[in-house]
Amino acid sequence: MSENVPDDLHYTRTHEWIRDLANGQVEIGITDHAQDALGDLVFVEVPQVGRELKAGEACAVVESVKAASDVYSPVSGRVVARNDALTQQPELLNSDPYGAGWLMRVARGDAPAGSALLKAAEYLQYIKEPA
Amino acid sequence: MGLKTALYGTHVASGAKMIDFGGWDMPLSYGSQLEEHRAVRRDSGMFDVSHMGVVDLTGPRVRELLSRLLANDVAKLKVPGTALYSCMLEPSGGTLDDLITYFVTEHWFRLVVNAGTRRKDLDWIEAHAAPLGVLVRERTDLAIVAVQGPLAREKTASLLTAAHRETALGIARFSAAAIDSWFLARTGYTGEDGFEIMLPAAEAPGVWHSLAARDVAAAGLGARDTLRLEAGMNLYGSDMDESRHPLESGLDWTVAFEPAERDFIGRSALLRARAEGCDELVGLVLEERGMLRSHQPVSAAPTEPGAGASAASPGIVIGEITSGSFSPTLSRAIALARVRRHAPTRVLVDIRGKQHAARVVKPPFVRNGKALIEL
Repeated sequence: MSENVPDDLHYTRTHEWIRDLANGQVEIGITDHAQDALGDLVFVEVPQVGRELKAGEACAVVESVKAASDVYSPVSGRVVARNDALTQQPELLNSDPYGAGWLMRVARGDAPAGSALLKAAEYLQYIKEPA
Repeated sequence: MGLKTALYGTHVASGAKMIDFGGWDMPLSYGSQLEEHRAVRRDSGMFDVSHMGVVDLTGPRVRELLSRLLANDVAKLKVPGTALYSCMLEPSGGTLDDLITYFVTEHWFRLVVNAGTRRKDLDWIEAHAAPLGVLVRERTDLAIVAVQGPLAREKTASLLTAAHRETALGIARFSAAAIDSWFLARTGYTGEDGFEIMLPAAEAPGVWHSLAARDVAAAGLGARDTLRLEAGMNLYGSDMDESRHPLESGLDWTVAFEPAERDFIGRSALLRARAEGCDELVGLVLEERGMLRSHQPVSAAPTEPGAGASAASPGIVIGEITSGSFSPTLSRAIALARVRRHAPTRVLVDIRGKQHAARVVKPPFVRNGKALIEL
């Protein structure tokens, strides 16, 4: 089982990661654990730039050969960039989930960071718990 | 805890992701199922399919039994070693299973049946075999390793002695030969050339490792499913089951209505269905980005001006997808779908509430490494 959980990110119980870009923006993706469970990704649909997201809203879809999975926005805010490389290379989500496989960048709204976000150690513990 | 094949330990040791399939703990993939798929199309891959049931039927009246049990005609098997694909039907025409029959000797035929149906199949076969004095023996002592791909036969034959190698490479398509402890069949479920090796279970791990040493890629059920879908081959339980007969499952070619006096089980039901007309199984290629999955509804697309009259009005649901996935060879979503006969060539598939354009095609999508569908 894959347990690559970088310390400098925050996580959700729905297996998204959040990177604080320190300019009011965050980068969002799915975790290594999520890509491993899904298997080979073959289709990714990310939201349009400019779309306003609410925390917890289903905003993207990642599909593997096995299954489709919704991605939930961990924060509220406006989409300022999306990773268009994933259209042609959805496998980047498998090979580099915390890097080249990022999904989108969001300019955070005024709302403070959701307290529901997990620190790396908490997420690691969460995925180790039996389902 | 499920049933385990002789190769279970080998799969686990190589880090395979294991899943339950028909009560068996089977490998889904050993890493990337797309890479396993491509290995089979380009070179060779091997699958543990020991969960499938090998059933030997012996006795002087075995042909008579199969002539009654199978929708295809066992009389087509004239030379020992030849094989026949057929459905086994209920009197209602519903499909109990699809299987391959090998003609071993005049009084010995071998069936290979699906894992999920083996118990039901055995009960059905035994009930019809007993009055004819035919013995039914399930060969749980055997494992099956399918080696598939353009280089599969050469690599498999390289495990044999020179004399046996010649015999192995001389096996015609859809035929088999006994070679020492092996029953070697030139059959498969991928759309590629190759062998299915039936062998004593204890020999399976050694053969697996020898093939791995020849760069035959271990491939799991995930790749097996995308390969068979590209090859336009049905999966029992998805594309057909007891509620569906072969004529609505794209298997008309496997039903032998001639000679008319052969009264196979299900015959009269199929004749009725043929006369009344029924749904058909077609191929779909998604014209847009996205994925096709089983049970997505299919409806008729708005027809272009001047197009011929079609059996269905736009927007009317005309069927649903029975198997859908991503085709690694075509880089498109493809599917098998059961739709009303004379469906339009342009359809819409409902994917999570949105309509996506798809084209109706005749499977297979891919054979022997080549795309057969123009994109």
